Amino acid sequence: MDDRGFLLKISLLYLYYAWMNYLFERQKLYVMRFLQGIFFIGVLLPRVASAEGFAKNWQLGFSEPASPLARRIFGFHDDILLPLTFTICVLVFALGFFICWRFSEKRNKVPSKRTHNSKLEIVWTLIPVVILALISVPSFKLMHAIDDLSDTSFTIKATGHQWYWSYEYPDHEGLTFDSNLVRGDDLRDKSKRLLQTDNALVIPVDQKLRLLITSADVLHSWSVPRLGVKMDAVTGKVNEIWLQADKMGTYYGFCTELCGDGHAYMPVEVRVVSRGEFALWLRDAKKRFAFSSERRNDLSFALRL
Amino acid sequence: MVSVAVKGKDNKGVVAKDTSRSGDDHGTPSRYSIKRWLFSTNHKDIGTMYLVFAIFAGLVGGSLSFFMRLELQQPEVQYFLNAGEPDGHMWAVFITAHGLIMVFFTVMPALIGGFGNWFVPLLIGAPDMAFPRMNNISFWLLVPAFGLLVSSMLFGGAGTGWTLYPPLSGLLGHSDPSVDLAIFAMHLAGVSSILGAINFIVTILNMRAPGLALHKMPLFVWATLITAFLLLLTMPVFGGAITMLLADRNFATSFFVAEGGGDPLLFQHLFWFFGHPEVYIMILPAFGIISHIVSTFSRKPVFGYLAMVYAMVSIGFFGSIVWAHHMFTVGMSLAAQSYFTIATLIIAVPTGIKIFSWLATMWGGSISFRVPMLWSLGFIGLFTIGGVTGVVLANGGVDTQLHDTYYVVGHFHYVLSLGSVFAIFAGFYYWFSKMSGCVIPEWAGKVHFWTTFIGVNLTFFPMHFLGLAGMPRRYIDYNEAFAGWNAVASYGSYLSLSSTLFFVVTVVCVLLRGRSAVAANYWGKGADTLEWTVSSPPPYHSFSNPPRIT
Repeated sequence: MDDRGFLLKISLLYLYYAWMNYLFERQKLYVMRFLQGIFFIGVLLPRVASAEGFAKNWQLGFSEPASPLARRIFGFHDDILLPLTFTICVLVFALGFFICWRFSEKRNKVPSKRTHNSKLEIVWTLIPVVILALISVPSFKLMHAIDDLSDTSFTIKATGHQWYWSYEYPDHEGLTFDSNLVRGDDLRDKSKRLLQTDNALVIPVDQKLRLLITSADVLHSWSVPRLGVKMDAVTGKVNEIWLQADKMGTYYGFCTELCGDGHAYMPVEVRVVSRGEFALWLRDAKKRFAFSSERRNDLSFALRL
Repeated sequence: MVSVAVKGKDNKGVVAKDTSRSGDDHGTPSRYSIKRWLFSTNHKDIGTMYLVFAIFAGLVGGSLSFFMRLELQQPEVQYFLNAGEPDGHMWAVFITAHGLIMVFFTVMPALIGGFGNWFVPLLIGAPDMAFPRMNNISFWLLVPAFGLLVSSMLFGGAGTGWTLYPPLSGLLGHSDPSVDLAIFAMHLAGVSSILGAINFIVTILNMRAPGLALHKMPLFVWATLITAFLLLLTMPVFGGAITMLLADRNFATSFFVAEGGGDPLLFQHLFWFFGHPEVYIMILPAFGIISHIVSTFSRKPVFGYLAMVYAMVSIGFFGSIVWAHHMFTVGMSLAAQSYFTIATLIIAVPTGIKIFSWLATMWGGSISFRVPMLWSLGFIGLFTIGGVTGVVLANGGVDTQLHDTYYVVGHFHYVLSLGSVFAIFAGFYYWFSKMSGCVIPEWAGKVHFWTTFIGVNLTFFPMHFLGLAGMPRRYIDYNEAFAGWNAVASYGSYLSLSSTLFFVVTVVCVLLRGRSAVAANYWGKGADTLEWTVSSPPPYHSFSNPPRIT
């Protein structure tokens, strides 16, 4: 966030170079300089656009990341993909407008007959290839990071139902509870409409957890944007992802796979707390959810037989 | 574009005379005879019926989206209520119907059935399609297909999304027969497409005028040929998948039922094996139309003709092997994700070649900004935006963030609604006088273009912001944090819907006013393909004597 001033300066500098090159040196270099300037504006854009906290009205970019994974995903988009695609768009649009101006009927009465230019065609084939090759390297690294399930401390299982999530802590005596949307008058904070649940998933901060995701009926998808996770809950299949929050707070997410009538009414709420608080919460939750946990354990015991 | 020189001194004169000799209105049934339309075997009449059908279906699909935007204009549920409670099922029925109608009953019939039927035979100098009766049944299968889809609403409606994913589309999610009816609708639409595809392939490969080699074929014909191959390859897979779903629902099989040892993900793979080529089926003919128009109004042949052809061929090929990039979040292996990421990124290369070649076609040209050209320029610009957001989404890692958010909705509407649909309008204004002999006033076309252009951008551009902020798609209601851009999107959609109504009223008025004397080649010098050598409208039977291309 604090590199905004620097980025603004560097992009303006490049655009100024481009302008000077165009005016005085009469070199073709100005196009390159211009594109560099645009690229840095592209890097600057998401830094202006991103918003703090959960999504804000009129937000333009990602929300503030709260996990190492989200930081990487957002970074890849904001620092590489967006500037590149922004530059390409500006280039195509600038070229388009220039052509429309320069070669309009009025300015250019006689059309040229040129229909081939092998060099040019090779260039505009190879440059995209190079750009895509450059994109693919961080892209592969990112996918690798998402897939890296090593060194997780404990496991949580999320099961999608029509239309709520249930969570299970198999490493903590099978603690099990349901997480339902809080509606209408029960809502503590009206700004959390469609986000707040009666029982949030509680996890300790700075700890890499394994999250198993599955579904009890139709497909669902468990996603929390600011934690950088989204994984489908597929019937008859257990998917796994890792989860690590590096900031305490409450994070909201959604079911992102169409699951019928109540699709919009099964949010995900994750409360990230300190380790001490987590231990306290566990002790309390085991008592509070003793009934549902026991029933779940009986059921899974019966199923295993 | 291939420049056409017909044997003889003045090519236009010769051909026009030739066809008029073969009987201008000779044997033309009356416009009001029911037989002419119901039993039609004439490619022009069938093309007209396809276009009328597509416009009708487009209005139905468009009004569905109007109700969706009306609901989403502000948070909380105002319209989709059932006994005072939000009716999420009806919402899902609307989004499903909107998707299916726009894909199967608007864009495909307009581009392939409409313009393909009308202009492929004219562009290759053929008297008609290879199998005229099959052509007739291709069209008339589409009408009951649409009827079946609408009738599924009577049983509660299919609220599965156009992707029809089980188990939601299985008995668990929809115990009434609505999904069965939707499946039958897709069966008929699929048969219609397959028959149409066979017809196009045979026509293009066998009935080209003497001298019209494959590498001289106009780009719209190439696009239709590749599209037809894609349809023929992938539509049966889709048919198989939905038939398996039908068996799961009715005959207690468990292809996709996990409890019976099936796998819901198998359906997704089969669906997208069809579904991804399907998006190229919708965009390739659009590419073809845009190439013709850009060349005509720049008064220059298409730049890099062969590169354009093989760009489309490779888009068709790569488009068929990237399907699982729609499934990055289902829990695929890292290897599969990597493959589908890189294969998807590769498609950006031929797509880039097309964009640059259109710009190079304009470079050095003498560009006149008539209405079809405006739509084409709009297409090039907006398709570029849709293309680069596609590059963003191709990356499996970033897609875990953006999948099933409004970013995806923004992306595919930029390539389809602002891509394919813009090309449909471009083609419509380009060929309307050729097809009808009537003239749409230039001002009306411009009003239509600018209002639509502003409207659709207001609607779909903010969707990228909503998606980045995390708003999921297919939601009936949303948190207040997403209210601002949703309101803008809704206002934009009202503007584009009004613009569409303006377009329909204009066309109806123009048609009622009747024909005026339109030259065979009313766009002048730049238009050098064969359809401009026949009168406007063309005789009922054109090219009884095939033109000779040198």
